[in-house]
Amino acid sequence: MTKTPHHLDGNAVGGLLIEAFGREMTAARECCGECGSVRELGALLAYTRGPGEVLRCPDCGCVLLVAVRVAGRARVSARAVAWLEMP
Amino acid sequence: MSPITRGFRGRRRDEAPDDRLPPGQYLTRDFPVLSTGPTPHLSPEEWTLRVTGEIDEPRRWSWTEFRALPSEEVRADIHCVTKWSKLDTVWEGVSLDLLLGDLDTAADYVLVHAYGDYTTNLPLEHLTGGRAWIAFAYDGDPLEPEHGGPARLLVPHLYLWKSAKWVRELELRIEDEAGFWETHGYHAHGDPWREQRYAGD
Amino acid sequence: MAGTAIRGRLRWLLAEAAELVEETPEVRSIVLDAPGWPGHLPGQHVDIRLTAEDGYQAQRSYSIATPAEDERLTLTVERVPDGEASTYLLDELQIGDRFELRGPIGGYFVWTPEIGGPLLLIGAGSGIVPLMAMIRHRVRSQSSLPVHLLVSSRSWDQVIYRAELERLGSEGNDPRVVHTLTRTQPPGWTGYRRRVDREMIGEVAPPPMERPLCYVCGPTGFVEAVATSLVDLGHDPARVKTERFGPTGGNG
Repeated sequence: MTKTPHHLDGNAVGGLLIEAFGREMTAARECCGECGSVRELGALLAYTRGPGEVLRCPDCGCVLLVAVRVAGRARVSARAVAWLEMP
Repeated sequence: MSPITRGFRGRRRDEAPDDRLPPGQYLTRDFPVLSTGPTPHLSPEEWTLRVTGEIDEPRRWSWTEFRALPSEEVRADIHCVTKWSKLDTVWEGVSLDLLLGDLDTAADYVLVHAYGDYTTNLPLEHLTGGRAWIAFAYDGDPLEPEHGGPARLLVPHLYLWKSAKWVRELELRIEDEAGFWETHGYHAHGDPWREQRYAGD
Repeated sequence: MAGTAIRGRLRWLLAEAAELVEETPEVRSIVLDAPGWPGHLPGQHVDIRLTAEDGYQAQRSYSIATPAEDERLTLTVERVPDGEASTYLLDELQIGDRFELRGPIGGYFVWTPEIGGPLLLIGAGSGIVPLMAMIRHRVRSQSSLPVHLLVSSRSWDQVIYRAELERLGSEGNDPRVVHTLTRTQPPGWTGYRRRVDREMIGEVAPPPMERPLCYVCGPTGFVEAVATSLVDLGHDPARVKTERFGPTGGNG
């Protein structure tokens, strides 16, 4: 059985990111606090359709952003993000 | 309120007797695959299950030791917080009553650790009383990696995010510590019949 | 730039199906009237939301196939086996039906002539949709930036926008279009007949020293293999942009 990857990328959560940040974010850049790589959010690996959306660093795999909707409001955590730069 | 989309029915959502579907849930026939990260791939040689934390003597089973334990068939309805429910699922697993048997502990809580970085927490009493298993087979076949194989925690009376796939360690704790989704606002307990999806529900 | 949802909230609009185009047996384009649509850039997508009578909702994302120069918005949807949204959009939706959509969404996987080139576009299956928006915009804006398009499809019958792609490539400045057909090929086919690989990309792509801007779109496995090949061939990773599609979130 072929192992189909189950992830997408930050583009897939673009709408939720706009809800959370109030602006387009897939072109925003982050610096990973774990490995130091710099990527646009659209390039992060996305694990979607779960209780929330999880964005991981494509270089070291660590969790960078977690977005959930609680009581209709979008909430984002970004514990391992060293910095975030708006586009 | 969203306008109704003419002719849209969604995935087949059969009627289920009210006593089978918790509030806000829809019945599904497929088995969605959801995860927070890549699927771990473990060989039996690498696999270990541990009970650690507030316990006199930590416990540990290799795959061979684990599979030598008595197991049982489990028929359960499962409910995901993303609103799908699946009825009459059939698993095979080792009861947590067996694994935690004769446990002498002051712990009231468990933090469950999985291969990868997923964690979830729940009250210890919810792992006992014939309500929880470490499951290694689904629907008659060895549990597929994407569904949590080689073994996952199965606690069907709580929302499925508590049934950690790729379980590796049960850490017994005196104080509760939030796991992955709980940290982000999901409920510490997670009873689907009381619709405990988010903290404060 | 006109139509960029860079700031502000996304609102759900009601879009109405004005025209339906059966692109292939498994792919349909839906041409929509969406009053209040603010405009968009090639590569951006919309979220749509379908609501059943009992309140059940399904939300999906689809790339916009048309450039903003078109008055109407077109989405091109591929059937996903047992996919609740694609089944509805391909089998049930009729002209005059309406559903909610919001957008435009995206700022990373976007191209306009100002961003530059030359362009290397590589897509598989419905991954061609946002790439086609880029190609169509390039035509409408009369840009002369060189474009190379490599499209992977299972068979000639399943090439989306096949007729339009055949019309392109006949004049000097036109996109250079290369197909690979991975499962079956028509009699006399002299083109590629295998999955996109590093060797094929090496033959089709402009050399790395021309610093092409690469946009890769399709299923996750395809996108990652192609992106890796591009970097292995010496292309600058910062000039490789990816958009992964799949039933787990993108189209389904």
